[in-house]
Amino acid sequence: MGIIRKALTSKPVASLTSPFTVDHYLEQIHPMLAAENVRARVVEVRRETGAASTVVMRPNGAWKGFVPGQHVQFGVEVNGKRRVRVFSVSSSKAAKKGTFSVSVKAHPDGYVSQFLHQELEPGTIVYLSQAEGEFVLPREVPASLLLVSGGSGITPVMSMLRTLRDTRHSGQVTFLHYARSREDEMFTSELDEIAATTDFRVVRVYTRQPEPGAALAGRFIVDHLKHLGVDPAGTLTFACGPAGLIAGVRDTYAELGAADQLRMEYFKVPSVDLDAADATGMLSFDDSKMEAFNSGATILEQAETAGLKPDFGCRMGVCNTCAIKKNSGAVRHVVSGEVSASTDETIKICVQVPIGDVNVAL
Amino acid sequence: MAALTTAIARTLKKNKNAPIKPRSASRHNAAPLTLINPLSETPATIGLDYMTYEQLDEFGRELDTVRQRVLDDLGQKDADYIRRIIRLHKAAEVLGRIGVFMPFFWPAFVAGIVLLAVAKILDNMEIGHNVMHGQYDWMNDPMIDGARYEWDNIAPAQDWKHGHNYIHHTYTNIHGMDRDIGYNMFRIDEDQPWYATHRFNLPLAFVLMLVFEWGIMYHGVELDQYLHGKITKEDFQGRKKRAFRKIRKQVFKDYIAWPVLGLALVPFVGWWAPLAILGANVAANVIRNVWTFLIIFCGHFPAEVQTFAEEDAQNESRGQWYLRQLLGSANISGHTPFHVMTGNLSFQIEHHLFPDIPARRYPEVAEDVKLLVEKYGLQYNSGRLSKQLGSVVRQLAKLGHKPSDPYKIGNSPESKALRRAKREEAARRLEESRAPQLTS
Repeated sequence: MGIIRKALTSKPVASLTSPFTVDHYLEQIHPMLAAENVRARVVEVRRETGAASTVVMRPNGAWKGFVPGQHVQFGVEVNGKRRVRVFSVSSSKAAKKGTFSVSVKAHPDGYVSQFLHQELEPGTIVYLSQAEGEFVLPREVPASLLLVSGGSGITPVMSMLRTLRDTRHSGQVTFLHYARSREDEMFTSELDEIAATTDFRVVRVYTRQPEPGAALAGRFIVDHLKHLGVDPAGTLTFACGPAGLIAGVRDTYAELGAADQLRMEYFKVPSVDLDAADATGMLSFDDSKMEAFNSGATILEQAETAGLKPDFGCRMGVCNTCAIKKNSGAVRHVVSGEVSASTDETIKICVQVPIGDVNVAL
Repeated sequence: MAALTTAIARTLKKNKNAPIKPRSASRHNAAPLTLINPLSETPATIGLDYMTYEQLDEFGRELDTVRQRVLDDLGQKDADYIRRIIRLHKAAEVLGRIGVFMPFFWPAFVAGIVLLAVAKILDNMEIGHNVMHGQYDWMNDPMIDGARYEWDNIAPAQDWKHGHNYIHHTYTNIHGMDRDIGYNMFRIDEDQPWYATHRFNLPLAFVLMLVFEWGIMYHGVELDQYLHGKITKEDFQGRKKRAFRKIRKQVFKDYIAWPVLGLALVPFVGWWAPLAILGANVAANVIRNVWTFLIIFCGHFPAEVQTFAEEDAQNESRGQWYLRQLLGSANISGHTPFHVMTGNLSFQIEHHLFPDIPARRYPEVAEDVKLLVEKYGLQYNSGRLSKQLGSVVRQLAKLGHKPSDPYKIGNSPESKALRRAKREEAARRLEESRAPQLTS
C-alpha cells in the first residue's frame, strides 16, 4: 500500500488531476478511500460516565498514527454541515491494531460532544486530521514520571498510562487525577485494575465527594506531591486539565525551580453571553496571536484597528473576499441580526459583530 | 469640524474600496451602504422612476427576508445536491478521458469529447463559480470551501474572485466601476464611449467566444488597470505570476501530459493517436468556452438590461443595491438540465440578488422575486436563450457603428473637453473642501 500511496500523491499524478487532488476522485469510489484525507469509521461508542463517551474508530490508510498525548481534529456531518472539534486520543499506542479512540466529556452546550455522547452510531464515517500536538511522551521514557490531570483532562494522560502499561514500562510512574466524584470519573474500573495489577501508583482525589479515609483531599497543592514522595525537580511531569489546575501546578513547579520538568496542556471554555449588551468580551486573532477588547464594530473593522490587514472586498457581505474561519464564540450578522454560535465555521467578517469572546483565524 | 476633517481625510486617501460608514456599537444592525459620496449626504437616485425611498427600503427588507428564509432552511438536501453534481463531474471527466483514448473507435472518441466538455462546464459553472461565491461555505467541507477551491479553468481562482465576486457583484453595471461591462473590449451599452475598435464588435466577440477562458484570465491580470495607474506594480506582478503558474498547469495537463500518455497507443493505432487526444482536449475546452460565453453574455448584455452612472449609485440604500442588481441582469428560461448546465446562472437576476446562497435555490427564490416585481411594477428581463442571444448580437452590431452624437465618441474633441471639465471640477471641489482646513 505504501508504494501505491506514494505513487498516487506523486507530482506526475498531481499534474494529471490538477487543479484537483487524487482524493477528489478516490472519494467518489468509496468515502474511506483516500491518499491523503484521513477518514475513519466508528467501530464502537462506549459510555464512560453519564456525561462522557469513548469513540473507537478504524482509520483509513492515510492515518499516520499518533504518539500518546496527541489530539486529533474530529469532524462529523450533521444535516449537511461538518462540525469539527479537537479531541485527545485516549487509547494505548499498543492497543489492538488498526483502531484508536478518543474520549469526550459532553458539554451542556457543546454541539459535537453532545452528539457524540447521545447520537453517534457505529458505522458512521468521521473526518479527521493527522494526530497533532507537542504534549507527548518522549521516545525514551525517564525513570521517574508524574501524570497529573483534572476532569476530562484525563484523556491524553490516560493514553500515556495505557501505553506504559501495555509496553510493560518498568520505571516509577505516579498517576494523580482530580475528579469531582467517583461517578464523574472516566475510566474508573480500568484505573482500579491498573492500580491492582501494575507497580504504577494510581491516586485519585475526589474534590466534591471525597472517599472516606482518603489520604489526599481538595484541589491540587504542593503537599499532595510531598505526600506522594514526588520530587518535582527530578520527575518529568505531564499536566492536563482546566486552567485553574494548570495554573496551580505551574506556580508550584516555578516556585520549586522545576519548571523545566513540566509539560502542560489546558482547555478554556470561552464565555458566550448571547443576552449581553453590545460590546463585551475579547476578540482574539489566533494566527497573529493578538487580542483586543470587543469594541462592538465588525470583526473586519476591529482587525484593522488592531493593525491587521485582512483581505476584504465589498464590505457589505456580498463578495466573500473576507471570509475566514471563526474558531469559537458567537457573532451577530449586522444586516439580519442572526446570531451564530457554532465553533469552527466560515464567516464574512465585514458583516459580523462579536458577541462576547470570539476567536478568529486572522 | 471633526466630522468634516474625517470627510476630508477620507477624500484624500482616495479609497477606491468604497468604505461603509462606521457604525456605533448600538447601531450595528443597520444595513451597510456600498458607495459613499464623501462630500454629500444626498441619497442615490436609483429606482425613483419605480418607487419612493420608503418603498425602496421596504423592498430591501422584503428581499432580506427571502434571503434569510433560504439561509435558515439550508441543510442535507443542499449538501446532497452539490455532492451529486461533483460526483457527476468526476464521472464525466474520467469517462471522457477514457473515451478520448479510443480514437480507433470514433463513437467512443466523440462521446469522450462531449463528456469531457460536460465535465468542464459543470466544474466551471455549477461547481466552481458557485462554490467560489461561498455558497457552500456553511457546509464546512474543505474540499468545497470558497476560499480554497481552484477550478479547471485557465483563470486563477484568486484573481477571478476579486474581479467577479467583489468588483462585478458589488458595483454591478456601474460605468467606470464594473469592469465586466463589455470587458473593455466591446461596446455593449449606449452609454459607453465609442472607439474605432468597436467596429469589430461582432468578429471580436466571436473570437473571444472560442477562447473565453483565456479572456477571463487576461481580464483578471488587469493590465489596463495597471497602465492607468489604478493598481500598483506589485499587485500587477502578483496577478501576472499567478496567471502564468495556472497557465503552465492547465496547458501541461490538457495539451502535454494526457497527449503524451497517448504515445502508448501508437503501436496499435498509428502515429496520430497523441494528436487525436490533443485535439479532443482542445475541442472539449472550446465547447466549454462557447457555452460559458453564451450564458454569461446572455445574462448581462441583452438590450433591456440597465446600466448606471456612478453619481446615480452614490449613497445608495440596500433596497437600491438590490434594485440595481435586478435591473442589471437578465434570465434565460429553460428546463432543469439546462439550468444545471448553466450553474443556475440562467437565474442571473436571483444570482445577483443573492450571490452567496446555493444556486439550486434560485428557481424557488425566483417566485418571491416575481411577486415583488409585480408589486412594484418593475422590469424582470427573462427569455429563451435564442431571444436573449439575438438581442446581444443586435446590440453588438448596432453599437459597433460610429454614433452621430460626438459626445458618444471617446476620441472626439467634445468628449475630451468634457472629460477635462470633469477633472477640473473634481479638483476644484477637492480644493474647496480643503479650504476650511487651511483656515483653522
